[in-house]
Amino acid sequence: MVLEEAWTLKELFVYPNEYIYWSIQIVMYPFMTGLVAGAFVLSSLYHLFGIKPLKEMAQFSLVFSFALLIVAPLPLLFHLLRPERNFYVFMTPHFTSAIAAFGIVIFVYGSIVASELWFLHRKHFVEVSLKLRNQMNKSLAEKIKYLLFTTFTLGAYDAGESALKKDHQAVKILAGVGVPIACFLHGYAGFIFGSVKANALWMTPLMPVIFIMSAVVSGVALCMLTYIITMEIRKLMASRKRSLSHHPTMEDIRGVEFYEMQITSKYLIFFMIFSLSLELLDLVFRGYTAVKSWDILRNVIYGKDFTNIFVLQYTLGNLLPFILLLIPGLTIRRAVLSLILVLFGVFMMRWNVVIGGQSFSLTFAGYMHYQLPIIPHDIETFKEGIGGALLIGGMPFFLFWVLSKIFPVFELKGSH
Amino acid sequence: MNRRDFLKFALRGSAALALAKGLDEIFRPSAGHASLKTSRWVFLVDTHKCIGCGFCVKACKIENEIPFEANVSRTWVERYVVTKDREVFADTPKEARDGFTTGRVDLGLGKYQDIKKENIDKAFFVPKLCNQCEKPPCVQVCPVGATYQTADGLTLVDRQWCIGCGYCIMACPYGMRFFHPIYRVADKCNFCYHRINKGMKPACVLACPVGARRIGNIKDPGDPVTQVIQTQRVEIHKGEYGTKPQVYYLGLSEEVR
Amino acid sequence: MYVLRPLYVVLALVGVILIARAFIVPKDFGIHEKGYMYGWYRKTNEEEWKALKVKYQGKEYCKDCHAEQDQQVRSSRHNLIECENCHGAALEHPIDPQKLTLDRSRELCLRCHTYLPYPTSKRSEIKGIEPDQHNPGGECVGCHNSHQASKPH
Repeated sequence: MVLEEAWTLKELFVYPNEYIYWSIQIVMYPFMTGLVAGAFVLSSLYHLFGIKPLKEMAQFSLVFSFALLIVAPLPLLFHLLRPERNFYVFMTPHFTSAIAAFGIVIFVYGSIVASELWFLHRKHFVEVSLKLRNQMNKSLAEKIKYLLFTTFTLGAYDAGESALKKDHQAVKILAGVGVPIACFLHGYAGFIFGSVKANALWMTPLMPVIFIMSAVVSGVALCMLTYIITMEIRKLMASRKRSLSHHPTMEDIRGVEFYEMQITSKYLIFFMIFSLSLELLDLVFRGYTAVKSWDILRNVIYGKDFTNIFVLQYTLGNLLPFILLLIPGLTIRRAVLSLILVLFGVFMMRWNVVIGGQSFSLTFAGYMHYQLPIIPHDIETFKEGIGGALLIGGMPFFLFWVLSKIFPVFELKGSH
Repeated sequence: MNRRDFLKFALRGSAALALAKGLDEIFRPSAGHASLKTSRWVFLVDTHKCIGCGFCVKACKIENEIPFEANVSRTWVERYVVTKDREVFADTPKEARDGFTTGRVDLGLGKYQDIKKENIDKAFFVPKLCNQCEKPPCVQVCPVGATYQTADGLTLVDRQWCIGCGYCIMACPYGMRFFHPIYRVADKCNFCYHRINKGMKPACVLACPVGARRIGNIKDPGDPVTQVIQTQRVEIHKGEYGTKPQVYYLGLSEEVR
Repeated sequence: MYVLRPLYVVLALVGVILIARAFIVPKDFGIHEKGYMYGWYRKTNEEEWKALKVKYQGKEYCKDCHAEQDQQVRSSRHNLIECENCHGAALEHPIDPQKLTLDRSRELCLRCHTYLPYPTSKRSEIKGIEPDQHNPGGECVGCHNSHQASKPH
């Protein structure tokens, strides 16, 4: 049996070789890179433009962006039929293909984020390394920690005033340079789809822009959400350690978080409006010009995929959170609900583009139905099923926890 | 400008020019190869002749080692039935591997359409295969250079290099490509490259009892296929995509998808 | 100036990739006749494809040893059909395989001889049957002579 037959059902006239080749992992990939880009843009809003209330969020979202970046290539590895050859894209890149840009972009962007993190936290690495160096009789864990942190310093031990100022300057430059690169990291994914002339749904010059805008939406929403969750956890821990004076009190924490919520939700709304307008523009244009593919696309958009597009993505994922965020007197609970809905909406947008684009045949006279594998009966249906998707979805959180042990993400004082 | 500045300028200028020329040579090498000029494979499909026996599909699968039971094929035959009330029914049961042995049209999802003989205005068969485009979009989008165009115009896939991303499959407007179930790399019709280079005909051309499939060299004016293309009204499929396909059809009716 | 240290790390990584490339990428991988867009590949692959084994040999291959059958078929309406369409691919017969299988199944004949009433197709000009009504389930060659279509078996 053909692999893709496990999750594709054909209806009416479909070419024999047509299946849903790009399934859940190809939905996950732009979703993850979108979160990467959005988280980075959020962090840059503070580092580059100095928007003070976003300071806490900025520390946090940069590390999160890095954690997401490490996970981002995983959906691709799960998708490739020959994952052991994945590095060929670095060896013989064919730059006429948008996918070949992946190698360059991930490398450049990864370098920028890693460098920015390095400049931000170099002082911390130096402090930990020096402290451990002076400590006799290190335990095994401490020996490893010392080795790690000494390596992280890259031999730059100068923690004086002028050195830190240089660090600060470098962070600003990297935050600035990184914004267009982050946009490119996700924009190229939009270009991958938008440039496929064979696919009537994907082919539009608006695709890269739509992708970038909704990427920023998702990144901001994710950072806000995770920030709220971690603050709630810290509040819980603070309430237990009330006796220790140097820990911030619950009131301190609550105050900071509320103000940040309000500022960031304004940015979220702005990008949501932009993103939605582009999508609606695309839809209106298609209906108006009604080219050859319009008949089948109309059947897919307004018929087959109506629930996915108008109910799940536009209403639940856009309109509802929009209203919830605009109603005066925003509470944390309401914010959390809207953010979850926003993330869901962005995920559905990726789903509707990737799966939607394969829901109709190249004949324009047939349909394909996607059945996401829920219960895997082999490694393939796990990798390209809900199991694989959830594994990848959860991994950034785990990685973030690991990274938070290296980078001090939760200090109210911060490095600068 | 003094002498030193002039020399600096001249040196930098010539270095830049040399770099530009070098890059130009790399990215646009001059076409100085013999085979480019003397041969370019083209195919001719005569839908008036096709009887839908499906021997071509069977022969292709066996000749090119595509798993017989798998629902993928390098070539197939489509059936179109147009009724008096201008409804078009089309199918390609098992890629026409077993021919068309029933008048019921396969609608998928277990449904079939019975069509009464009196109701049929026209019905015909259309063999399809890779167009070996002059500007193949599948080659353009391969991220690693695993698929390519030979000097004589054929698009081939390097099984040792394909990473299985599927971009080429999405990029083909004709739906010609698929993943080989065993090798797990992209695959597609290559005009039986191993046969035509020995002076033999592709398996499908050989198997066809009625001569609906023919292969030729467009650069050879004496080639009978070239003469048909030059002198008769021929069509290409989905020309609007700009791929410049090199499979020419006789009798490609407007219902054909 | 330690500020450039991250850059050095990045450049070192690039260096590693370029060195690895020199070992991993085959020497004949490059831009060939059709330029970078269409001709970026490993040249040896062309020869690999040319070396694929030929399975179908064609009628001319059969007729020297099987002259009698060849004559029979040539004088019948089935002369259009390749021997191998029914007898299977010759490969290197008679060395390997020694004997070719013969497809006696009903389905083989039905490919052309299921009557389909298609006015604009040559298919409707082939004498055909309604599979459900004419000897359903039985082998056609039980009564019909496939080498000499108009004669009885």
